[in-house]
Amino acid sequence: MRMTGAKILMECLLEQGVDTIFGYPGGTILNVYDELYNYEGRVRHILTAHEQGACHAADGYARSTGKVGVCFATSGPGATNLVTGIATAYMDSSPIVCITCNVGVDLIGKDSFQEVDITGVTMPITKCNYLVRSVDDLADTVREAFAIARSGRPGPVLLDIPKNVTAESAEYEPLDRHSHGMSGKLGELMKRSSQNFKAPEPDYKDIDKLVEMINAAKKPLLICGGGVVRSRAHWEFETFANKIDAPVAITLMGAGGFRGRNKLTTGMIGMHGSQASNMAVDACDLLIAVGCRFSDRVALKPSSFAQNAKIVQIDIDRSEINKNVQTDHHIIGDAKRVLQLLLERIEQLDHSEWKKYVFSFPTETVYDQVADRLTPGQVLSSIARILPQDTIVTTDVGQHQIWAAQHFHFDYPGQLVTSGGFGTMGFGLGAAIGAQAGNPDKIVLHVTGDGSFRMNCNELATESYYKLPIITVLFNNGTLGMVRQWQTLIYKQHYSQTTLDRAPDFVKLAEAYGLNGWRVHNVEDFETALKAALESDKGSVIDVAVYMDEMVRPMVGGGSHITEFMIH
Amino acid sequence: MNEIKRQTLAVLVDNEAGVLSRVARLFSGKGYNIESLAVGTTDDVKVSRITIEVMADEKQTRLLSNQLRKLICVHSVKRLLPEHSIRRELVLFKVLAQTSDVRNEIIQVANIFRASIIDVSISSITLAVIGDESKAEAIQNLLREFGILELVRTGMMALERGQYTIDEQTKEKGEFDYGKNVL
Repeated sequence: MRMTGAKILMECLLEQGVDTIFGYPGGTILNVYDELYNYEGRVRHILTAHEQGACHAADGYARSTGKVGVCFATSGPGATNLVTGIATAYMDSSPIVCITCNVGVDLIGKDSFQEVDITGVTMPITKCNYLVRSVDDLADTVREAFAIARSGRPGPVLLDIPKNVTAESAEYEPLDRHSHGMSGKLGELMKRSSQNFKAPEPDYKDIDKLVEMINAAKKPLLICGGGVVRSRAHWEFETFANKIDAPVAITLMGAGGFRGRNKLTTGMIGMHGSQASNMAVDACDLLIAVGCRFSDRVALKPSSFAQNAKIVQIDIDRSEINKNVQTDHHIIGDAKRVLQLLLERIEQLDHSEWKKYVFSFPTETVYDQVADRLTPGQVLSSIARILPQDTIVTTDVGQHQIWAAQHFHFDYPGQLVTSGGFGTMGFGLGAAIGAQAGNPDKIVLHVTGDGSFRMNCNELATESYYKLPIITVLFNNGTLGMVRQWQTLIYKQHYSQTTLDRAPDFVKLAEAYGLNGWRVHNVEDFETALKAALESDKGSVIDVAVYMDEMVRPMVGGGSHITEFMIH
Repeated sequence: MNEIKRQTLAVLVDNEAGVLSRVARLFSGKGYNIESLAVGTTDDVKVSRITIEVMADEKQTRLLSNQLRKLICVHSVKRLLPEHSIRRELVLFKVLAQTSDVRNEIIQVANIFRASIIDVSISSITLAVIGDESKAEAIQNLLREFGILELVRTGMMALERGQYTIDEQTKEKGEFDYGKNVL
C-alpha cells in the first residue's frame, strides 16, 4: 500500500497499540495532525497547554500503565520544550517515544524558521534518537524506536521527522508487532547480543552463588529499587522476601514494587529513609539490591555504605554494576526472571532475631500532632483514610514528595508516579493527566507544593477541558520548603530567595480554569473538601495552608554516613 | 586496579552519520578527555572501527566500555591490553631543511627510524613514521633540533595479537561477562 509519511506514522502507532497521544501542533508537524484527523475514534489526542506538559503526561501514562507513552511536538521551540520531560523519563527509565517534526530536508542546517538540531540536543538524555531522512525508512524506524523504548532497561526515544518526509509517499506493509524483530534493521539489531533489545538470561552459576550467600547470611536485607517496578516483578519480589524472611527497604523509585503493608517493610531508605532502613543497612551482613543503582540519595556515602555486608546487585543494565557502590556479587538480568530463578532454588528461612533488631527502630516517621495548626501528617492520614487504597499518586518535587512517599502505603507498580532521579519540579500535574488518561477508572491524586505547582499550573486547562477528575492537594507553605529546610539546617537560616509570599490565589486560579477550589486551615475543612472533590466529576485543587518550617524527617546530610541523622 | 594509565578501546560501530559524535559525547559527558582517536571503515562498509585512547583506571575503563555497549550504534567494544595487542600510529613531520647538510642529517635520522621521506622542497622535508608512541616520541625529539614546521598524527590504531578478534560471537561467553576477566 502506498501512503504518505504522516499516514505511515499513524499506522505504525496503531501497530504498537497506541491509543493515547499527548501533544501540541505547529508548522512542521501539520501533515501529521492533518492525518490524525482521519484517525479520530481510534487514537485519542490530548492537547496540552505546553509541550513540557505533554511530555510529562506521556511519562505519567507510561509509568502508571506500563505501556509506552507517546507525545507529539513541532520543530524548534516545540521540540526543545520536551527536553526537561525527556530527561525526567531518562533518569527514571520510563519508556516514552517523542515524535517531533523538523523543517524539510532542504531547509535543515540553514537556521530556518523554528529549526533546531533536536537529535543533537537530546543525545545525552535518550536511549537513542533518529532523524528520519527518507520516507522509505519511516516504518522501520518507528518500529525500532518502540522496541528500544520498551525493552531492556526502558527509556525515552526521540524521532525527528522532517516535514517533507511526512508528505512524501512510500510503500507500507502492515506488520504485526510481534513480527517486528524478524526483519529489516530491527531484525539485525535483535541478532546482535545487545542488552538494549533483550534482557540477558541470568547466569545460573551467579544465581547459585547468591543462593549460597543467602543460606550463609544471618542478617540479610533487601532493597526494592525502581527496577522491580519497571519489570512489574512485585509478586516475585514479595514471595522472595517472605521466603528468605528478610526486611525490605524501599527506594523512592521502588515504591509500589513491594507492598507497603507487608510486615517486612522497613520503609524508605537513604537521605530521608526511616531509622529502621538506614540502621539495617549499616548492620546487615548481606545486602541484596534489586533494580537499584545506589544513587547519591540512597547510598549517601558509597565508601561506608553497608560496610558490614556483602553487597549483591541485581540489575538489567550491566553498566550500573559497581558504578556507584563497589559490590561483592552481581546478577545481570530482568528482576522478574532473576527472582523466579531464585525462588526455584531457596527454602523457607527464618531470621526472627535479626528482624527483632531491625524493627526495634521506627519504620515510619511519626509527625507531631499539633493542636493549633494543620500538619502534613494529619492531611496525609486523612487522605489515606478517605481515598481508595488503589489511588494513583503523582507528586511534584520537594517536601510534599517525600511526605507522600513516606506516608502512603503503595501496593502495586505504577501507583506512585514521581520524578526521583531528575527531581523535576512541575512534573506532577502533567504526570497526573497522563496517569488519569491511562487509568480512567482510578482516582488520581496529585500531591504538590506551591513552588512546584506554580511552575506548570497551566495544565489545569488540560485537566479541565478533558474533564479529568484529578484531585490536587497543594501543600502551601509559602516557601520552597525543601530548600528552606536545607537553609535552616546548613545555611545559617539565610532564606535566600526561597520565600514565596506572592500570587496567585490558587482557589481563584482553579475556579478560573473551571475547576473546584478550596482553601483549608484545619482537618475538618480538609476532609470536607476532599470528600467533595471525590464526589465531583470535575478536577479539584485543595489549597492546604501548612506551616513554613515544617520539616521532612528524618534527614541524613548528603555525603554523610547513612546512620548520621541530622534530624530524627 | 586504581592506577590511571592510557587505556585502549576498540569499538565497532554502524558507519552512519552522527555515530562518532554519540561515541565521543559519551566520553566528554563522563568527564574524560579523548587522548587519541582513529576511525575508519572495516571490511564491511556498513561497519566502522574506532580506536579510542583515554586516561583512566581499570574500573573506569570497564564502566566506559559497558556504557559504550548501551549505545544502539555500537556493535562491540573491547579493551586492548598493551601486552596482548599491537598499537601503531602514523605521524607526518614537516621539518625545516634549508641546506643540503641538514637534509642529509635528517635523511640519516629517517633511515634509522625506518621513516619514509614523502616530500622534499628547497627549504623543508616531510617524513612519515609508523610506530607506537615511544618511537614517534624518539624521532620527534631528534627532529625538534632541526625545527619542526608541522606535525600530524593519525591517532593510535590497535589490533589484538593472534587469531582473536573484536567480534564477540567468536569468543567464550565468560570473557564478556562483567567482572569475570572482562573486556
